[in-house]
Amino acid sequence: MKILLITEQREAKWSNVSFETLAAAQQIVQQTSGTLAAIVIGKGVAPLADDLAGFQLDEVLLAEHDLLEKYTPDSFSLALRQAIEAAKPDLVLLPHTYQVRDFAPKLAASLQKGMIGDCIGYRYENGKLVFVRQMFQGRTAADVVFTGDAPWIASFQAGAFRADLAAKRAGAKAPVNKIAVELKPEQIRTKPLDLFREAKQAVDLTQAPILVSVGRGIKAPENIALAEKLAKLMGGEVSASRPICDEGWLPMDRQIGSSGQTVAPKLYLALGISGAIQHVVGMKASRTIAAINKDANAPIFEVADYGVVGDLFEIVPALIEQLEKSQ
Amino acid sequence: MKIAVCVKQVPAKDAPLSIAEAGTWIRETDIGFETNEPDTYALEEALRLKEKHNGEVVAISMGPDRVKQTIKEALAKGADRGIHISDAEFFKLDPLASARSIAAALKPENFDLILTGLQSDDQGFGQTGVLLAELLGRPHATIIMAIEVIASGLKLKRELEAGWFQWVELPLPAVLTIQSGINKPRYATLKGIMAAKKKEIVTVDRKSLGVPDTPTQHIERIYVPQKTKKTEFITGQPKEIAAKLIEKLKHEARVL
Repeated sequence: MKILLITEQREAKWSNVSFETLAAAQQIVQQTSGTLAAIVIGKGVAPLADDLAGFQLDEVLLAEHDLLEKYTPDSFSLALRQAIEAAKPDLVLLPHTYQVRDFAPKLAASLQKGMIGDCIGYRYENGKLVFVRQMFQGRTAADVVFTGDAPWIASFQAGAFRADLAAKRAGAKAPVNKIAVELKPEQIRTKPLDLFREAKQAVDLTQAPILVSVGRGIKAPENIALAEKLAKLMGGEVSASRPICDEGWLPMDRQIGSSGQTVAPKLYLALGISGAIQHVVGMKASRTIAAINKDANAPIFEVADYGVVGDLFEIVPALIEQLEKSQ
Repeated sequence: MKIAVCVKQVPAKDAPLSIAEAGTWIRETDIGFETNEPDTYALEEALRLKEKHNGEVVAISMGPDRVKQTIKEALAKGADRGIHISDAEFFKLDPLASARSIAAALKPENFDLILTGLQSDDQGFGQTGVLLAELLGRPHATIIMAIEVIASGLKLKRELEAGWFQWVELPLPAVLTIQSGINKPRYATLKGIMAAKKKEIVTVDRKSLGVPDTPTQHIERIYVPQKTKKTEFITGQPKEIAAKLIEKLKHEARVL
């Protein structure tokens, strides 16, 4: 199978998830006895292409243009469409980042193709690629296959593959081939302005050894105090899933997940968190995960080392009492 | 400003899910449905834009008859009228066929702005808004956290990963996908619910739209995912559970 990997960079720095998808692409190429090309797109990104050429692949494509300096969905889709039409891959793989979500469905539709997005894995069975993605917020998985003619376009979720498993190339680097991209300023309808961060984060959750994290199950803002008390007794910080911060029950800088912080404390205690994908990607690397949830089927138990199916309003006070006693 | 908001009906968050016999969808009988939560933020944003800049808000939903309830809820909150694209087997469509159907229904209306939620809580493709933009030939921006109307169109705050944001500007007409948390969605008032009864919902049979629905992808089966990690479940009375959990965290995992 002929694969084209679309890598991602921002301001000429790699998005590390590019290498996760590279690892996946290398594996598929090996199983299907195919070839792998990877494209770097932007402006002033030749050093990245050179870097990529040191990995186990057949060719690096470099698409540079003044109008690709800042990402826009129009410029990236138009440029990548030209690259796909020139390279004629069977399978186009991308990391499922916010940027990819912004342009890849458009790119696929412009080729009259569909996209299987946010895959957590794949299987190669009887000469057929089966992609696995989550549905119902991780409560079910689905096996999805492409129908119709190539090119097929798929993206892999961050964390689905390990970046450190992306194999380096033995011997000389792979060739880097520039591809000409035609873009006109009037084709680009959005005007991107500068990137920025909100006011400085008051708390750096990545440094906390223990996180007591609350989700919808906490029910009301006044119940946050319960989690705070437990966190204090454990010597940790309080964090939350997105809905809690959306409600304003805790500030945004306490949010764990794809749109918040990614953490890996030694203990992550999830209270009333169902474990939607967007949350789990931000905490699944924690050394030990304990979860308390009233729903035995909650996806948080997929990643938990210790699980309690029950009412957090009964168990958390008991934990507090126990810890107070032992102090 | 003439605004369309795409609202999807999905299984309720606490609905017990079981896999239907064919193995490719869930059993829909005996479960509750609700408006896809991310779409409620898109609706709220549309209502606020209308209140500030005048115009009309049209709620559009695709699916079996039951999805009219989701349209009615949007009308009760303040949307002016509804469009129901009727298809009892909507769940079988892939993202491209869904978007082609919605685009065909929206096209003759020439909306200035089309809003969707970020993604749906059922299939979670997260593609509909971007596909609508491509199919209708409009610019788009996704994961929006603030909308300002400016002379040249809109100024938008996009959320990027890991706490980063970006302002972008684009001309109208356009399509936006709205990030959850951008606003606080309102509740329907009694007055709103009464007023909604007089509002129009037009039902269009999806097949009458003449859209090709040759699938680009196919769900072979859905299933409860296999656990990758062995979870040790702790049981008993709350006090026993607390004691056992602390013991395990201290002496087995050694993290306390």
